[in-house]
Formats: sequence, structure tokens, C-alpha cells
Amino acid sequence: MRPRTAGGLSRANAVRLGLMALPVAFFALFFAYPVAAIVARGLEADGDWQLGRIGEVLADSGVRHVLWFTTWQALASTALTLLIALPGAYVFARFEFRGKQVLRAVVTVPFVLPTVVVGSAFLALLGRGGLLDELWGVRLDTTVWAILLAHVFFNYAVVVRTVGGLWSQLDPRQEEAARMLGASRLAAWRKVTLPALAPAVAAAALMVFLFTFTSFGVVQILGGPAFATLEVEIYRQTSEIFDLATAAVLTLVQFAAVGAILAVHAVTVRRRETALRLVDPSVTARRPRGAGQWALLGGVLLTVVLLLVLPLAVLVQRSLDAPGFAYYKALTSEDGGIFLVAPIAAVVNSLQYALAATVIAVLIGALAAAALARRDAGRFVRGFDALLMLPLGVSAVTVGFGFLIALDEPPLDLRSSWILVPLAQALVGVPFVVRTMLPVLRAVDTRLREAAAVLGASPWRVWREVDLPLVRRALLVAAGFAFAVSLGEFGATVFIARPDNPTLPVAVARLLGRPGDLNYGQAMALSTILMVVCAVALLVLERLRVPSRTGTAGEF
Amino acid sequence: MLLSIEGATVRFDGPPVLDAVDLDVAEGEIVCVLGPSGSGKSTLLRAVAGLQPLDSGRVSLDGRDQARVPAHRRGMGLMFQDHQLFPQRDVGGNVAFGLRMHGFPRAEQDGRVRELLELVGLPGAARRGVASLSGGEQQRVALARALAPRPRLLMLDEPLGQLDRSLRERLVVELRELFGRLGTTVLAVTHDQGEAFALADRVVVMRDGRIAQSGTPLQVWQRPADAFVARFLGFDNVVTATVSGRAADTPWGRLPVPGDSPQGTAALLVRPAGVRIVAAGEGLRCTVAARTFRGTHVAVQLKPEGAPRLEAACALRDAPEPGEEVGVVFDVTDVVVLGDARTA
Repeated sequence: MRPRTAGGLSRANAVRLGLMALPVAFFALFFAYPVAAIVARGLEADGDWQLGRIGEVLADSGVRHVLWFTTWQALASTALTLLIALPGAYVFARFEFRGKQVLRAVVTVPFVLPTVVVGSAFLALLGRGGLLDELWGVRLDTTVWAILLAHVFFNYAVVVRTVGGLWSQLDPRQEEAARMLGASRLAAWRKVTLPALAPAVAAAALMVFLFTFTSFGVVQILGGPAFATLEVEIYRQTSEIFDLATAAVLTLVQFAAVGAILAVHAVTVRRRETALRLVDPSVTARRPRGAGQWALLGGVLLTVVLLLVLPLAVLVQRSLDAPGFAYYKALTSEDGGIFLVAPIAAVVNSLQYALAATVIAVLIGALAAAALARRDAGRFVRGFDALLMLPLGVSAVTVGFGFLIALDEPPLDLRSSWILVPLAQALVGVPFVVRTMLPVLRAVDTRLREAAAVLGASPWRVWREVDLPLVRRALLVAAGFAFAVSLGEFGATVFIARPDNPTLPVAVARLLGRPGDLNYGQAMALSTILMVVCAVALLVLERLRVPSRTGTAGEF
Repeated sequence: MLLSIEGATVRFDGPPVLDAVDLDVAEGEIVCVLGPSGSGKSTLLRAVAGLQPLDSGRVSLDGRDQARVPAHRRGMGLMFQDHQLFPQRDVGGNVAFGLRMHGFPRAEQDGRVRELLELVGLPGAARRGVASLSGGEQQRVALARALAPRPRLLMLDEPLGQLDRSLRERLVVELRELFGRLGTTVLAVTHDQGEAFALADRVVVMRDGRIAQSGTPLQVWQRPADAFVARFLGFDNVVTATVSGRAADTPWGRLPVPGDSPQGTAALLVRPAGVRIVAAGEGLRCTVAARTFRGTHVAVQLKPEGAPRLEAACALRDAPEPGEEVGVVFDVTDVVVLGDARTA
């Protein structure tokens, strides 16, 4: 029902523009501008665009090797994640068992963990002197397996929540109807359930591919000199070799790849929104029956324990390895020589930064979601939907370095301002806020708003009286996600966090980069603290989680 | 006139949903718009409420054009088809919503909520959650909520649509009584002719965005304007006929018609009560195809040779068995010549 008269259209336009103004300005200033500045710095010399550099860089065999590795490890990670997580999605969707809520939370914790923590955890499990090394003399940290397993660890929840969330709401009677029409059990699944699930599987796979394609922290810690993704290579070129031209070309390549992935994602998401008959998840789940189903449940539990719980347990154990909490105590002393302050100060810094970033992300994200959720949102606004996802994929390293280059001169000289770090972190948090808010806002029945309007509520009061009470919890969940993501942000922060104000992930990475048991132990201790903070934030969220009618909550 | 609609037109993609509709509603009148789904009746309500801008034409309240008045300043009440109660508020919060929006003082709000809940037969329900209400109770709360700010005009969109039959029949009587007592001006839309006839002072039949007929329930029932209206009201005995004088040539033979009937080719309706079953060999020869028990009478489906089926209404003890051969004669008081032959 699109209003056609000039009056109706222009008023709707004005509201939409008003809502979009701040998000657009934010992204233009703190995303597009720094990235453009970095690309320009790399490719422009004496006022001329050196586009020939693109060809030269791409012809380089080292760069080609990085591109090849980035792509195949992302494909392999995605395939492995689907293979391991799809049974989990089924178990969570269709089985009812004791402790399911707790298990669901446990599975989600890795997703919000900082990449640096995951890197350290897998180092403690698979690396030199790690658990496997001690037990059987097996080391995987120099192989690609460490990276792949860490990627599965991270993205298990993406598949379980996106696919399982939809699966749990598919009406089982659809399959029953097919069976009454003569389809075998397998045929019914293949012809009815699979087609309904396919778009969700595709969307989850694309998100996993996106996250692993742009992986930085994990590969930086576990990859060693042998393995580098595009993002790691961009970091190396900018901060170690100072070859900005190569870095700029690689940024553009990553930008193009991420743009393509997001375009495909947008199409699959739109297809997923086609009408499916969804029902309340509580009516579709039941206790497992028969040996086969119990074995499946057992297998999934074992996977979760080995793959998700064990690395974190080892991390905690390593942090306690020295008698009398020595590693934790060392965090409070200033003589480490790495930072200008005691490492423990990073905890306070991180929390402050993350809080500021959360406020920014929620403000920007909520405005953008409100604009996107409007029924009369046109193609232009929906296009912005996809653009909002870009910060998830565009090189965080580039953004961080771009901040340094672009935002250091008047009128915007933020280089010495503390706000720089929260701004960069908020950039990554906004997509999560939008993803969480949008389905809930879209689920608010327009006629509920109309009912309020007819009873005399102005548009502003309609929002306050109808929308806000319904989205309050989603807003809190979004804030929690933004907080966890900001807390763990590494790629951009590593450039702009000042030495006397490190964040937790930056401090962990610095500690890991230095030799000696004490530094290693302190890294483990700091990672443990970071993990606990993120896990607590998430567990609070789990309690808040909104029962959603749309089946799209909690997925990325 | 309290409400005047002149030439109201709304177009989405394709043919107009509202096509130059003119309609007046006087103070205190209960007007019911009746039409099949897709006839544009809900769009008409939304246009009056200010939720749907007009492409052309105008809506005036007390002679004042409402084009530039947004929905929340029009001072109208609208009861939605599926009630649209606010899920996060209790019954009292829902009823008080409009009062709060209009800035009534707190004490007055409470008093009015109590008064209205009594009026709709739910005294003391203010603290109940809306999720715990049955369909009929939700309907009553929605009504109380719409009435609370004393709207100039109350609009009802399929007010009883989702309720079961017996409840609907009881509520429609209650509603009419209530509106009469309060002197409320009402514009309702429904697809159920029983509801419309029981509720309205005036019935407006809509078809494809246009008004097909307007009149009192009795007028519309007795003289449907055309074959469409007749069929929509549930009359199936409609055929094309050629009228000359006091008789008409039809596929069912030569039928008597009332003296004031229009002459020439026209659609002709025989109400089932006017189809009288007599012994075989008299009148039109028919086979009984089916019979349906309707409570007060039996509807008998008759198959004449080489002519459209006929429905007859007769008493249970007179009803013939399916397969029986019977004769049919027509009663002139239940024969109506309709204006328009096109859709017969």
C-alpha cells in the first residue's frame, strides 16, 4: 500500500531522510572517507592515479599466493563448519532435552569472543607446549588445521542459530502432509524441508565465508609466517613493509570480493523472507526417540565439548599454570616494559571504550533500522541495508589505518582524541544492531501503529507508545552484541589504540608477540578475563532473548 | 452532514480500488457498507480515517475538508477487523490509550475506563492482560477503546468478522442498542448481509470500488438494484427476461410481474418464497435435485428442463424428496424486475 499522492509521498520521504541522515553521515565520515583516503594514498602519486599498480600487484606471485590461500581456506572453513554444525542445527531445532538452554548459550559464546582470545585458546590447545603437544607430541599450529578448526569454533553458532532457528519453526505437518501423499520419509525431507531450509543454509554459509575470508586475528596468531589471508597481508604491508600501494590494491580486491558476497547474501535473504508457514518452536521439538537419535544427540554434545569447550578450558588452565595466580598478579605490575601502564589497565580501558562504542552503535544502528523497517522503504533505502553490512567485511586494518591518515587534520583532528577507538569499534557494532533490530521492527504490525494514530497519537507518540515497548528487549540484545563485538575488535584498534591506553585484545596480541613464559601466561590470563566479560555479557543477553515470531532473531 | 465523501478515488497499481465514491452520513446515523472482499470497502474506511490518502476527491467532516488533517487529529474512532489491541498493555491501558493521547486528566481517565468497561459488559476487567481474553471479549475491549475518546464518527471494519455465529448474532443486537442509546454516528463495513441488515439504518452495497446501491435494509432486500446485488444478497433465482405489460418471458416460462415493473429486457429475480411447489403436471415441470434444511424452512433445489435451476423455500412437511417430479408456479409478490440485465 504505497501512498501515491504528492503530499503523502513527500512526508514519508522527509521522515525517512531524517532518520537516515545521521547513519549516512556517520558512515560517510568514519568509513567511506578513511577507506578512500587510504586507497588514494596508495594509488595516487603527483595527482595522477597509478592504476597500473593494480595490475602489477595482482601479477605478483606472492600476492597471488595470498589470494589463493584466502579463498581456499575460506571455502574449506565454510564446508567444514557446515559439515560439523548442521547436525547441531537439527538437534537444537527438533530435540527437547535437559540443559538445552544452557547448551545454546555455550554454543553462542565463541561467536562473540574476540579473535585474539580464540587464537590464544587454540595456541594453548594445539601449539608448542600445548595440550596435544604434551599428551601426544602433536602440534598443529604450523598447519592450516589450526586455522580451520578455529574458524569452525567461531562460526558454529552462525550455522546453528541461522539454520536451526528456521528449522525449529518449520511446521512438521508439512512433512506429514507430504508423507500422507505417498512420499517416503527421506523424500518428504528432501522435497519439503530441504527447499525451505536451503536459503537459510545459503545465507549462513555466505556469512561464514565472509567472516573467514576476512579473518585477521586468528590467522595472525595461528598462521605463522606460512599462512596469510588478505587481511593479514594488508596489515603486513601497511605496518611492517610500508608498501601502501600494495595494501591499497589488496584493500580494493577485498572490497570487491566482500561486495560480491554481500550482494549474493542480500538476494538469499530476500528469498528466505518469502512466505513460509512458521510455527512456535516449542511445538516442533520433542525428546529424542530410539538409539539413532540419542547417538546423534551424543555426537553433537561431544563435538561441542571437544571443539568449543575444550579450547577455552585449556586457555583458563594455562592462565592458572603458575602457582598463586602469578600470571594474574603480573598483570597488575608495571615493569612488563611492553606498555606504559600495567596490563590490567587495559581491562578498564576496554570497558570504557566498549561502552562508548555501544552507545554510538546503538544510536546509529537503531536509526538506520527504523528507516529500513518502514513499509515505504524504497529501493535506495534497501540498498543501504546491504551497505550497512560492509564494515563487517571490509578490511578493519584499512579502516584503522585510514583513521590515522584521514582524521588527523582539521576540521576533523581526532588523532589524539580518545573517541577514535570507540568510533572504529562502533563501525563493526552497527551491522549487528541493525540485524537484531530489523526483524523485530518489521514484525510490528503496521495496523497497530494505525490503531494508535486513529486514537490520537502523533507519529512520535506512536513510536514511543507502540514501537518502543515492543523493541525494548531487542534494543538491549543489540546493545549487548555491540558491546561484545566492540570489546573484541582487533583489526582497527591495533592501529589506533595508543600505547598508554591499550585495549584487551591489543594487549593480548602484544604479550603473545614477546618471548618468555611470563608474557605467555599473562596473555592467557588477559584472554581469560576478556572471555569471562564477553561470556557474561552474552549470558545476560540469552535471558533477555526476545521470543520472535519472525524466526529471524539471533542470526547473522 | 457530519461526513461527506465526494468523488473519492484511490488507485494502487491497476484499476481503481475506490472509484469516484460519493457518500453522506448524517449525525446519529448507522451506515453499513456491504460488499464482497476486494470491493474497496476497507479502503473507504481507511481513507475516511486518514490512513489512506486519496488520489482525487475529498472527505469532509462538518463541511471541513480533511485532506490536510493527519489521522491522529481527525477525532474519529476506528475498530480494526482483528482488533489490534496493544499486546503490552492490559485491558485498562488499552481503553485509556485514546484518553491519554487527548490529554484527559488521570482521574477522568480512570472513571471513563470503568464506565466503558461496564458499558461493553466487562466490568472490573481493567487489570486483565489482553492475551487472556476470548475473541468476543477482545472485540468488546476494542469497542470500548474506540468509544473512549468520544469520537465524532465511529468506524467499524468487519466488527464481528472473526466471531462464531451465535456470538455474532447476539453482539449485533447489543451493538445496535448501544449505538442507539449513545447516539453514536457509525460507519461500518462488512461482507455479511445479515450483520449489515441487523445493524444499519442504511445499507450501501459496494462493487469494484463503486457504490452499487444505497437504501434502508428493507429497500435493498425488497428491490435489489441489479443482478449483482441480488446474487450478493444470496438470491440465485436471477435470469434475463423480456417484460411486456404485467408478464415477462423467461427461461422458466411466462411469469407474472408487478404492475409498476420497467418494460423491455431486464434481469428478473424470483425470491425462493415465491417459488411454489405444486403437483406434477401443473405449471413448470421440475425434478427435485437436492434439499437443504435451513432451520425455519427447507431450501429445495429444482431442475427444470432446459432452464437454470430454481431454489424454492417451503415448509418441512411440504418438502418433496430428491428425485421427485413436481410442478412449479410463481407468486407475483416475490417476483422483482431488476434494473440491469447485463449480469443476469
